[in-house]
Amino acid sequence: MRAQVAALGAAALLFGCANQGVQDVRPAAEGTPPPQRAASADPYPSTYRPYPSVPTAITNATIFDGEGGRIENGTIVLAEGRIQAVGGPDTPIPEGATRIDGQGRWVTPGVIDVHSHLGDYPSPGVDAHSDGNEITSPVRPEVWAEHSVWPHDPGFSRALANGGITTLQILPGSANLFGGRGVTLRNVPARTVQGMRFPGAPRGLKLACGENPKRVYGSRNQMPGTRMGNVALMRATWQRAVEYRERRRRDPNTARDMALDTLVEAMDGQILIHNHCYRADEMAIMLDMAREFGFRISTFHHAVEAYKIGDLLRANGTCAAMWSDWWGFKMEAYDAINENVPLVHQAGACAIVHSDDANGIQRLNQEAAKAVADGRRMGIQISDEVAWRWLAINPATALGIQEETGSLRVGKRADVVLWNGNPMSVYTRPQQVWLDGALLYDMNDPRRRPVSDFELGQPGEGDVK
Amino acid sequence: MRSFRLLLAGIALFGAVPASAQTVAITGGRVVIGDGTEPIDGGTVVVRDGRVVAAGANVAVPAGAQVIDARGKWVTPGIVAGFSRIGLVEVDAVDPSNDIQAATSPFSAAIDVVPAINPQSSSIAVSRAAGVTRAVVSPATARSIFAGQGAVIDLGGDMNPITRARAFQYIELGEDGAADAGGSRAAAHVLLRNALREARDLRLPIGGGGRGRPQGAAPPEDLAENPYIGAGTQRSDDVLLTRFDAAALVPVLQGRQLLLVHVERASDILQVLALKREFANLRIVLVGATEGWRVADQIAAARVPVIANALNDLPATFEQLAATQSNVGRMREAGVQVALGMINDDEARQVRLLSQYAGNLVGIGRVPGHTGLSWSQAFAAISSGPAEAVGLGGEIGSLRPGRRADVVIWDGDPLELSTGVEAVWIDGVRQDLTNRQTRLRERYRQPQEGALPHAYEPR
Repeated sequence: MRAQVAALGAAALLFGCANQGVQDVRPAAEGTPPPQRAASADPYPSTYRPYPSVPTAITNATIFDGEGGRIENGTIVLAEGRIQAVGGPDTPIPEGATRIDGQGRWVTPGVIDVHSHLGDYPSPGVDAHSDGNEITSPVRPEVWAEHSVWPHDPGFSRALANGGITTLQILPGSANLFGGRGVTLRNVPARTVQGMRFPGAPRGLKLACGENPKRVYGSRNQMPGTRMGNVALMRATWQRAVEYRERRRRDPNTARDMALDTLVEAMDGQILIHNHCYRADEMAIMLDMAREFGFRISTFHHAVEAYKIGDLLRANGTCAAMWSDWWGFKMEAYDAINENVPLVHQAGACAIVHSDDANGIQRLNQEAAKAVADGRRMGIQISDEVAWRWLAINPATALGIQEETGSLRVGKRADVVLWNGNPMSVYTRPQQVWLDGALLYDMNDPRRRPVSDFELGQPGEGDVK
Repeated sequence: MRSFRLLLAGIALFGAVPASAQTVAITGGRVVIGDGTEPIDGGTVVVRDGRVVAAGANVAVPAGAQVIDARGKWVTPGIVAGFSRIGLVEVDAVDPSNDIQAATSPFSAAIDVVPAINPQSSSIAVSRAAGVTRAVVSPATARSIFAGQGAVIDLGGDMNPITRARAFQYIELGEDGAADAGGSRAAAHVLLRNALREARDLRLPIGGGGRGRPQGAAPPEDLAENPYIGAGTQRSDDVLLTRFDAAALVPVLQGRQLLLVHVERASDILQVLALKREFANLRIVLVGATEGWRVADQIAAARVPVIANALNDLPATFEQLAATQSNVGRMREAGVQVALGMINDDEARQVRLLSQYAGNLVGIGRVPGHTGLSWSQAFAAISSGPAEAVGLGGEIGSLRPGRRADVVIWDGDPLELSTGVEAVWIDGVRQDLTNRQTRLRERYRQPQEGALPHAYEPR
């Protein structure tokens, strides 16, 4: 049911708002005065700053580097917020560095979740917190998920402590064809969402195929009521964006349209497209639509039938973000199989394990472990260290932050998890988690366990979770 | 999560299959009895006539038995899903395929899930392939705090899924119960008390009790299920429940049928325990109890079993503020009998996750501050634990002699993520482990079409 809530519930709850203005994006009326000043390149900029860190060296650990590499008896050195060295036992350790014996433990890059609604659908999941779907029109590219994020969602801390999540993308929901902009966050407690924003990370654009938009709006006797209606309204909207871009080129004083601005930035590649799309046939249509209008789809999300078109995904350079074993909660999830992730990987396409869930995000390593095991049982031999790409460099690439994080390369942000065993085992938990070299979780130190504002003074405050 | 390797091809299990009369001996494996005792290396499990004859070390292989070599494997009782809605739905969001709740039915407590359970639903085949062999199946509430009567089923590939019909009545007394009752917990409690009194006040027909019936009463077949339904039953005009619903609560009131009560908040749990002071015969099982650790001593003292979610750790609602993955471990340490279920957690399709959840409860034991379970306790929480919670510990949930022969062979530790299922027996009958998912997997090993489209591929 949690799956169902995440996928459907938010869309279904708000039928009472059906009488609001539900027209498509309207170009500004003629005669509107020109804008008084140019748009800022990045309004609502990140104010995130790494927390203080001390030079730290972990030795004797098994290291998965996040790009498919593995080092036994490995050493990693973190200094000044960055990865300073990764290698074998002879890796030099700077004088004065804090040393941690990683014997019997594993080191990986921090886990990246490309699909989360933390903050937008926070805990407690009360109506007053339901901020993930601007369900007033199927075309809402002007809304930004970051403007809904409640930084005090207790779910962020669970994702850190149990899942080793260091970076995550918060996306709008899937009730709308154009759901709005997504935002990539550092998983650090903050007073403001700007304090969590990943500096320099491109924003995302959420698109949705399939059942949700047509159900939500079709039930209001409004377009789209069918899958062909979904496609028609998407095409009409992209065409409007193409024309708007041309108008802006010819006349820089053309009145700004916040919705079409998002689409133009997406066509120009400054915003990466994340497309909720379950069925193989619909993904193929979306790939054609991308060619028709000149945009690129970074990633299909949920992609339950990606295994049917691994070859197409590879040819188009589009990632598939998947659950390991969710299935059957709705018709477009009916053909799910446990081997989806390894089959996509085997086809040479970019495979990602995602959560879309405040519980699943605490166990993405376990989801990857199930998927790799199911793959092996059907004869697809993928090593644990290669499978870790699904949680590291692949989602980093899908988010456009692969130069900054997503693997343990020297010079990248020191986003690191030390696990108390093999992270592909059900018995393993994060022992320590670093963001930009700052130790923000330590299972042995209750003072390194974040407690959200919401939980202060409540039963269970500060407890292990 | 588990594998779907088919070891025994060609078994088609549609239609009633009698319990196998053949004697089967599974030898050499690491045997888990499922009752909380430690695994036994090199053990033998002997099954005959659908029941376990013996399991453990030094068990002789009877002459003529079919011997299955399980060296290097684990042999366990099948997983028992302590709370589920399996078999009641094919696709959640496809309403006509979903029999979990009846939003506009005039009935509540009288609803009985048995006629709705579809033994051929995909979720049963998928869960069976992951080693789940039995499930507690509950309806959900809609317009009343009473969801109706749930059953215990098997997940065998035949048309006879019912292990125990009408095993329990399921009710909501927390946030959902408040909503069902008109808006407050207080209203839910008064609704419950009124209903139990209406059940108490039902009079059997004159000469009733099912033996002598009044002249002109309905023919016996109409009364077979519950004599309190009879037309001769006297009722006041001042009642809220239908006759059927009130009659359905008589066995609850008398303690002949379990009452499963879903609550999460610590104070709600105490209110449920207090019901036994008012209605002494109630046999209560707590479902949910996310904040149970806060009142674990009281639960233990009341000797009320709990079926809980393993991993709730978010304040997902205001009745779960104290959620922690240590809940189960702390309750158990206080002496509460705890089993795992899937409460509002993909309970119609994902009971196969229970082994992963149980493994997590072992894993947290190595995190300072957490209270987990030992491996054997964790396995019992998904085998004998739920069986005992619903009063069927003598029938299912372990490999103790005389239990129904629900046996699984795993290729490793059954709680570990990399482990797959190699063979499953239910009631002594070897099961087919293929399903839609395994068939789709085989069809799309290569995504490209061959000489003919995928739809023509030979099997």
